[in-house]
Amino acid sequence: MIGIVDYGAGNLKSVKNAIDYLGFNARVVKRPDDISSVKRLILPGVGAFGSAVNKLKRSGLFETILNWLSDDLPFLGICLGLQLLFEKSEESGNAKGFGIFKGKIKRFRKYKVPQIGWNSVKILKPSPLTGFERKTQFFYFLHSYYLVTSQHNLVIGTSDYGAEYASIINQGNIYGVQFHPEKSGKNGLVLLKNWVEKC
Amino acid sequence: MLTIRIIPCLDVDNGYVVKGIRFKELRFAGDPVELAQYYNDQGADELIFLDVTASVQKRKIMIKVVEKVAKKVFIPFCVGGGIRSITDIRDLLNAGADKVAICTAGIENPELIMKSADRFGSQCIVVSIDAKRISNGWHAFTHGGRYDSKKDVIAWAKKCEKSGAGEILLNSIDRDGTRIGYDVELTEAVATLVNIPVIASGGAGNLNQIYEVIKDGKADAVLLASVLHYKEFTISEIKKFLDKKGVKIRW
Repeated sequence: MIGIVDYGAGNLKSVKNAIDYLGFNARVVKRPDDISSVKRLILPGVGAFGSAVNKLKRSGLFETILNWLSDDLPFLGICLGLQLLFEKSEESGNAKGFGIFKGKIKRFRKYKVPQIGWNSVKILKPSPLTGFERKTQFFYFLHSYYLVTSQHNLVIGTSDYGAEYASIINQGNIYGVQFHPEKSGKNGLVLLKNWVEKC
Repeated sequence: MLTIRIIPCLDVDNGYVVKGIRFKELRFAGDPVELAQYYNDQGADELIFLDVTASVQKRKIMIKVVEKVAKKVFIPFCVGGGIRSITDIRDLLNAGADKVAICTAGIENPELIMKSADRFGSQCIVVSIDAKRISNGWHAFTHGGRYDSKKDVIAWAKKCEKSGAGEILLNSIDRDGTRIGYDVELTEAVATLVNIPVIASGGAGNLNQIYEVIKDGKADAVLLASVLHYKEFTISEIKKFLDKKGVKIRW
């Protein structure tokens, strides 16, 4: 069973539709109890960093997810879900994320904000998530902030929007993508399928 | 680099795509889900559905259409036409739309743009501006281009950005359906002024005109309707043409 975290701001329905379409079982996780039958966890996200942290804390899910991550259980963070894995974000003052990896989230400065549309991801190292293919792939992006990390070993793929930044990260069973696989056509569906079956 | 988006626009009436209904190919008389998949397979970067009836009863049919599309087509899509309230927006987003396009209601009640951007995030609020050339500028029109709001398009676009709009869909009433080319001057005036993406719409007739509105008009995306429905050219032909001209596109 795949759990999709609902904290009242995400676009979890699109994620659920994509998982359903691929033929996997998914349930929405709203409270810590909901996680008992879950083997893999997706943290989707649209919205602001600080308010997401607050909502997760209010429902008790912040602790649940932090434990999940500490245990290195299968996890996929999408968009804000990737950003929340890191220490803090420029978006919301001093709001702290899960902080399991080193890095902070900064605002784009050079081009129009938010970045809306299809950008390429340059695959830097082979990974089951991308089917071990090293070629450049297109995905749909929608965000105003991006990751800056000193942990270069985490970075699977990068994108460029005035600055080159990490758009796929991984360590152990924890994966994060800055783009929206659930809205990235065939490439996105393949990536989600890889995550369920191979990661 | 971010790529230029090619966006087909589908008019939906009573649950069916209506543009091209006189066209001989049955595909274009039909089902929004099938057409969405057809354009998705051709390489569309996004889709826009316009609810051309927008009566209260038929709204519910549109919600069903959105639900069906969201279960089968995994690229971003926007729904516009007759959106008047936060409730309308919520219903469409809950049904699976990624964005909504607000036009008349935004002009009559500018607070709606701010409130909806606050509530749902700028990324899903597209303000649609129907622009018509008036002496030395453009006015924003309402009710499907019927009434002049007297609002200057440039000032209105800036205000929409400040209110939290995430994108501007800029339709030229003068060029709509003419196939004589996009209003490049209008597009450039708005696209260089605001710091949010601008989708150029109205007037596409040939491939070079699409290139012009991207290069000279600085459009971030282009909307196409009849030229695609009537198969003047395909999305892949557009992309090949733009690629040769050095425009970044997505394959």
